[in-house]
Amino acid sequence: MSGIVRYGSYVPFNRIQRSAMGFGRGERAAASYDEDSASMAVEASREALRDLPDGAGVDTVVFASTSAPYTEKLNAATLQAATNLPKSVTALDFGGSSRAGLSALLAGLDMAASGRTVLVATSDVVVGAPSGPRESGGGDAAAAFVLGGGDPIARLIGRASCPEEVLDVWQSPGMPFAKQWEERFGASIFTPLLVDTFARALADAGVEASDLAKVVLDGTNARVFRGFMRPSGLAPAQLTDGLAGTVGRSGAAHAGLTLASALDGASAGDRIAVACVADGVDVAVFEVTEAIDEGRPKHSVASWVESKRDDLAYTTYLKWRDVLPFEPPRRPDPDRPAAPPMQRAERWKFGFLGSRCNRCGNTNLPPQRVCVVCQTSDDSTVEPYADSECRISTYTLDRLAYSLQPPVIGAVVDFDKGGRMLCQLTDVDPDKVAIGDELEMTFRRLYTAGGVHNYFWKARPRR
Amino acid sequence: MASKGICDRVAIVGMGCTKFGEHWDRSASDLLVDAVQEAYGSAGIEPDNVDAYWLGTTGSGISGLTLSEPLKIQYKPVTRLENMCATGSEAMRNAAYAVASGAYDLVMAVGVEKLKDSGFSGLTGSAPPGDGTESGMTAPANFSLLAPAYAEKYGVDLETMRDVLTKIAYKNHYNGARNEKAQFQREVPVEKINSSPKIAGMLGIMDCSGVSDGAAAAVICRAEDAHKYNDNPIFIKALSFVAGPAEGAKRQDYDFTTFPEVVESARDAYEQAGIEDPREQISMAEVHDCFTPTELVLMEDLGFSPRGQAWKDTMDGRFDLHGDQPVNPDGGLKSFGHPIGASGLRMMYEMWLQLRGEAGERQIADPKVGLTHNLGGAPGRCVSFVSVVGL
Repeated sequence: MSGIVRYGSYVPFNRIQRSAMGFGRGERAAASYDEDSASMAVEASREALRDLPDGAGVDTVVFASTSAPYTEKLNAATLQAATNLPKSVTALDFGGSSRAGLSALLAGLDMAASGRTVLVATSDVVVGAPSGPRESGGGDAAAAFVLGGGDPIARLIGRASCPEEVLDVWQSPGMPFAKQWEERFGASIFTPLLVDTFARALADAGVEASDLAKVVLDGTNARVFRGFMRPSGLAPAQLTDGLAGTVGRSGAAHAGLTLASALDGASAGDRIAVACVADGVDVAVFEVTEAIDEGRPKHSVASWVESKRDDLAYTTYLKWRDVLPFEPPRRPDPDRPAAPPMQRAERWKFGFLGSRCNRCGNTNLPPQRVCVVCQTSDDSTVEPYADSECRISTYTLDRLAYSLQPPVIGAVVDFDKGGRMLCQLTDVDPDKVAIGDELEMTFRRLYTAGGVHNYFWKARPRR
Repeated sequence: MASKGICDRVAIVGMGCTKFGEHWDRSASDLLVDAVQEAYGSAGIEPDNVDAYWLGTTGSGISGLTLSEPLKIQYKPVTRLENMCATGSEAMRNAAYAVASGAYDLVMAVGVEKLKDSGFSGLTGSAPPGDGTESGMTAPANFSLLAPAYAEKYGVDLETMRDVLTKIAYKNHYNGARNEKAQFQREVPVEKINSSPKIAGMLGIMDCSGVSDGAAAAVICRAEDAHKYNDNPIFIKALSFVAGPAEGAKRQDYDFTTFPEVVESARDAYEQAGIEDPREQISMAEVHDCFTPTELVLMEDLGFSPRGQAWKDTMDGRFDLHGDQPVNPDGGLKSFGHPIGASGLRMMYEMWLQLRGEAGERQIADPKVGLTHNLGGAPGRCVSFVSVVGL
């Protein structure tokens, strides 16, 4: 039977206080100005793939989001390139519903059941109309899963789904923000659907509600769950933290994120049900295996949640989300990157692969045909750098350069295994940067020009 | 292998230079007409006498037509070239080698830049279509890396470092205040330099060269012909140009306290000119003070100060207008302004005035040998030019 082989999560560094948005309590996670659902999917996927040699035989890559950076252009291809998975994978984008994440996970498990090994990355940047409940209640995050047979950390033991043609949450082309019908109406439709679908999933798994160690409930309408618990025979103690007060509901990523959080604290033998209610219902029931202790990612969801800067200004947030027009710097707009150079540089730009000279052993970033130390030409091997540790050799704050978050922090970054590059720092307080600081690399969207998202790597303080 | 050089084989017999500044009323063409006609007059020649032209500009025009069209040059060779901020010097170097070769008898090197039409702060460039992986850092940010690195290496505390940088800006403005062609002709109080708005790292606006419009031109011939045109020509002793392999940005052993390209171009130039002790033998210099820490580091790379000592020499006044070794007597990039393609020839224009005793209030007593230094790029990835000129 197929299951989850590995998982990973990602919560961006910045938080905005809901009090600053004038609506709700607690805080929500906010993707930085240089992040989008694709870049965050890469971060979560790196977590899931970290300890698996050579991509663990992944042959299918699925990206699921309602905020895909491109409406036409395969976002899963960006994910494949940035994770250095083989070119031979099948790559698919899922979207269209806030349930797309759990649906993609179930579809991935089906593919895994037929012998494939699947990376499913779910990610969303949730933007709502200013001062509305979607803006303050939403959050930005990603979760990724490697699915396969073999020796999973959690087996899928039951599942059930249904669609529902109902006007609950909708956004058509040209609408700047999604809208939602009155929640009381949505609850009247979805609560009975959830009760029924949940029961079908438990029957499929052959377990009772009381057998569940944890229940993860996610959906666009929290009111749905009020009338669900009692008829389903569930007790409040079985419910996991929905991360509403710390992250916010991260759209299509949220079922995966809260499932990852449940797995972080799970023990072998635990049965976990995860339900997502949006445009219908998906329910999956997992049984955690003995492999769980070997399969946890480097970062738990809780560790991401704790690693933060929590004073993001509301106007800055609106600027980052392109909601608030602002005075640009007196500098030229950045150039749109060109397709052929990006194609030629793909292994550097996306995969962050340098080169190591076969003659003298020096590492060259970006990869060089002629070695910078011994000038030997065309005699090198590929040297991966994405997971290499590095530190600040020197740095400067550039208050003139174009950025949505000036100053640009430019750093000369030296890698512990050799090699140097000049790159931008991100997720860092300019007042706290120091020479010698330890860094790690992160995949980012540097800027967008001419409708082209310019992805590349930056360094950040280790989280 | 080294440059053989053309010591004393080529002379400059006329020069022209516009005022540098915000010339809202003048186009690049206007500036070229002004500078070239001044140079014709300075050498006492007619346009017909000039056999060929070299025009340096980084972005104010493409092709030789940028020069031939406004001046109506009559079917002569005009080479347009670019070598970043060393463009003006590069025009001069190529023109000088052309007459030295015997291919031409009388040539002109011209440089121009019209920066103030862009509406942007600082320099803007048009890079070829790229893959979007460049660091995106600006020139002041790149050069700002020098200051903390120098301070760290030589144990200079950051407060003292600030004083050194301020001293360099103060000195260059002091000199520019005595120059009617400079962009900024006012002395700037130390407090104002110290408190100028921060641009990058330690650097404030007053640590940055002036963004300006301007043009400059030189008339060049073989040494044996020099006195046909001018009773007081100056002679080229050395021209050196180096493009580095840009390894500083890739190798961990580069420490941002030196420009290896400058060290090499200075070594080459001194060899060509027979200079053994630049600290003693160079009477004065115009150097590429694009940002204040650049000038500090250049004093050591050019051999004017021992390693780790330039900050003391600077504070002691060695490089002041009437110090032992005046540097940037015309105000430098800081105060004279930096219209990229023109700056290298502007530096030579000051040598022309000083060596001929025409520098007025700025005149240095009896200078014998002058040096110009022009740099393009950033620490770790640059081109460098050094010339030595004299009587």
